[in-house]
Amino acid sequence: MKYLPLLWAQLFRKKTRTVLTLLSVIVAFLLFGLLQAVQVAFEAGADAADAKRLLTVARYSIIEPLPMAYLRRLEAVPGVVGVASADWFGAKYQNESNAFPVFAVDPARYLDMYPEFTIAPAQREAFVKTRTGAVAGRRLADRFGWRVGQKLPIASEIHARADGSLDWEFDLVGIIDAEDPAVQGNTDVVLINVAYFDEARQLGRGKTGWYILRIADSEQARAISSEIDRMFANSPDETKTQPEKEFAIGFAKQIGDIGAMVTRILIAVFFTILILTGNTMAQAIRERIPELAILKTLGFSDGAVTAFVLGEALLMILLGGGIGMAVAVSLMPGLNGATGGRFPPLFVDASTWLMAGLIALGLALAVGLPPALRVHRLRIVDALAGHR
Amino acid sequence: MGGLNQVLQITLINLQNVPRRLGTSLVVVVGIAGVVGVLVSVLAMAEGFRHTLASTGRPTRVIMLRAGSDSELSSGLARDQAVVLGSLPGIARDAAGRPLLSAELVVMVDLPRKGETDPNNVPFRGVQPAALAIRDEVRVVEGRPFARGVREVIVGRKASRQFTGLEIGSRIAFRDSDWAVVGIFESGGDVHESEIWADTEVAMSAFRRSGFQSATAVLADGSDAGLAGLKAAIARDRRLSINVLREPEYYAKQATILSKLIDVLGYSVAIFMAIGATFGALNCMYSAIASRQVEIATLRAIGFGGTPVVVSVMIEALVLALLGGAVGGALAYVYCDGATLSTLNFSTFSQVAFDFRVTRALLAQGLLWALVIGAAGGLLPAIRAARLPVTAALRTG
Repeated sequence: MKYLPLLWAQLFRKKTRTVLTLLSVIVAFLLFGLLQAVQVAFEAGADAADAKRLLTVARYSIIEPLPMAYLRRLEAVPGVVGVASADWFGAKYQNESNAFPVFAVDPARYLDMYPEFTIAPAQREAFVKTRTGAVAGRRLADRFGWRVGQKLPIASEIHARADGSLDWEFDLVGIIDAEDPAVQGNTDVVLINVAYFDEARQLGRGKTGWYILRIADSEQARAISSEIDRMFANSPDETKTQPEKEFAIGFAKQIGDIGAMVTRILIAVFFTILILTGNTMAQAIRERIPELAILKTLGFSDGAVTAFVLGEALLMILLGGGIGMAVAVSLMPGLNGATGGRFPPLFVDASTWLMAGLIALGLALAVGLPPALRVHRLRIVDALAGHR
Repeated sequence: MGGLNQVLQITLINLQNVPRRLGTSLVVVVGIAGVVGVLVSVLAMAEGFRHTLASTGRPTRVIMLRAGSDSELSSGLARDQAVVLGSLPGIARDAAGRPLLSAELVVMVDLPRKGETDPNNVPFRGVQPAALAIRDEVRVVEGRPFARGVREVIVGRKASRQFTGLEIGSRIAFRDSDWAVVGIFESGGDVHESEIWADTEVAMSAFRRSGFQSATAVLADGSDAGLAGLKAAIARDRRLSINVLREPEYYAKQATILSKLIDVLGYSVAIFMAIGATFGALNCMYSAIASRQVEIATLRAIGFGGTPVVVSVMIEALVLALLGGAVGGALAYVYCDGATLSTLNFSTFSQVAFDFRVTRALLAQGLLWALVIGAAGGLLPAIRAARLPVTAALRTG
């Protein structure tokens, strides 16, 4: 550590060059932080999944409805401790199709199923009691400027009311939120009361979209899933039950391999950085050969001088990487505010930091090792004489 | 000596020197190639997606959905409504006097991508006999069309490439029905190539549906007046509450969200990368000048002006940038052009397959970005070179 000032002084020997190189390293890691956050956000559904939750959907296609009468039968399955259902409303808000998802749910059952959602007790009470009640995710409410107590006019593209009209109106009685950003994406919804919705709609009464089940023991997930699917086999409405996590992963995969795309972009970014800093490092060391030879003359071992060179590379990459990641983190709140529920919340998680650290180490080695080895082999006499 | 001549001479000397400064020059080329490569390939994806949706449909055809619905999946059309629509005079007829209208059922079926197991929402379209006459771009290129009244399907070329079990002769099981794949169709790379088609009556009974999702028809009169006439006739009929859209309008709408998302992603990544590459280019040009201090000072001392020095440094930066841009564009073209990808279109909740399209406009845009980065990276070093105090610079040597 006592050599840090020396490393620092060597690093900033040519200020412009180092600052410019540093800036490109910063940009590379900033990009890494942001892109990795996008990838994590898409996979957050799987991280937020509860191992004790199962999802039951129609076997042949997720968009086919299931009878509401399945609720009691699902509850009776041994090992199942709670059941909730949800139906897709097909919202159109301010003439925008699918501006946000709206689920018709039994308020108490649904909120019990997702204890990670936070809601004020009085608001929860109001949602349970108000037939025309609705609760909205915090980020959605912020984006549209909704206030608790106001009317929410939302059209449905699918469900007409008994009079044939597609325009619905609900009373916003509460706001749901979540502390964990991985969970918060799941609160970007509006929940409405299924008791009112089912009675008021023209078609599809007595049907729901999917069931969410809580089981007592996550080890039993597979056994219970297959038992449920067996129970409804050969009925008009066969089911497919799977752990919430598998469902979330499967859904993310529908979008395509975002991970592979992000990885390819990042490879391009870091390859560029490798060439850039590698060249700068090599040049910086080349210019200082006589100085390094003097260090050796003064009694520093080959190892020590080599370590100086490697340390310099490490210092530069860690400095740039740290600043880049810090900038990425500081940009997140602004980005999340700007997308306001149109996109799951972006955040930098521990694994991203770890990966950034490993990449920085790898880069520093790749960039520092060639000049370091060269310095290691350096013979004092040659170097001082100017023979390179 | 004329100014232009001076510029020419110094530039020539500079460029001849480039191979000697290969390391630093390479940084500019590689940096800019990275930016342009990523930019062009991501935008090629958005372009391919847009192209697929934009090339779907003809302006002379309309799609009819339930009023209030913006996509087929959320729409519904009763049998009797479809019959009424077919009887309207605004709809074209074939030689036998039958309406050129196909009422269609669209359901999602779960199929894994090739080599995977997770299900994807693949659109399954039940079509009426007129469908192939209406969409004359649809051609069965392998096998034969499905026969009426039996569980046979034809599969779009892109769906057959992306998803498992869609080759001719294979059987696919949906619900309690078993379907035989009898043909592969092409439709100019449009959205329908991501679909599976079958006889609508068979599909309705197999999927236990009693109504359609939409109807597609040819306008008797393709002009705006013809469309207005059809709309007015529908509005007059109390049995109908139907939204009529020209096909291109309908499909363009479905492309907006996703292509905007890809555009935003592509441009933001490219902007950041471009900033990084600019720093790299600055570094390179500064060190190029540092290594030529004496040479530049000598030129100044024997009477070359400041401007030729600036211009020559700029030209060097631009040439390197252009080289980088060309390499990046070429890489994007070689690796991406024509590659097929499928994704979930949020607007329709169904899979759509599309090809990357590296167009000339995109390549030109890439080169433009390269030049801008080159200019930004070359300007400051060029000015420094021109301002170099001659005597001091000569002494450093």
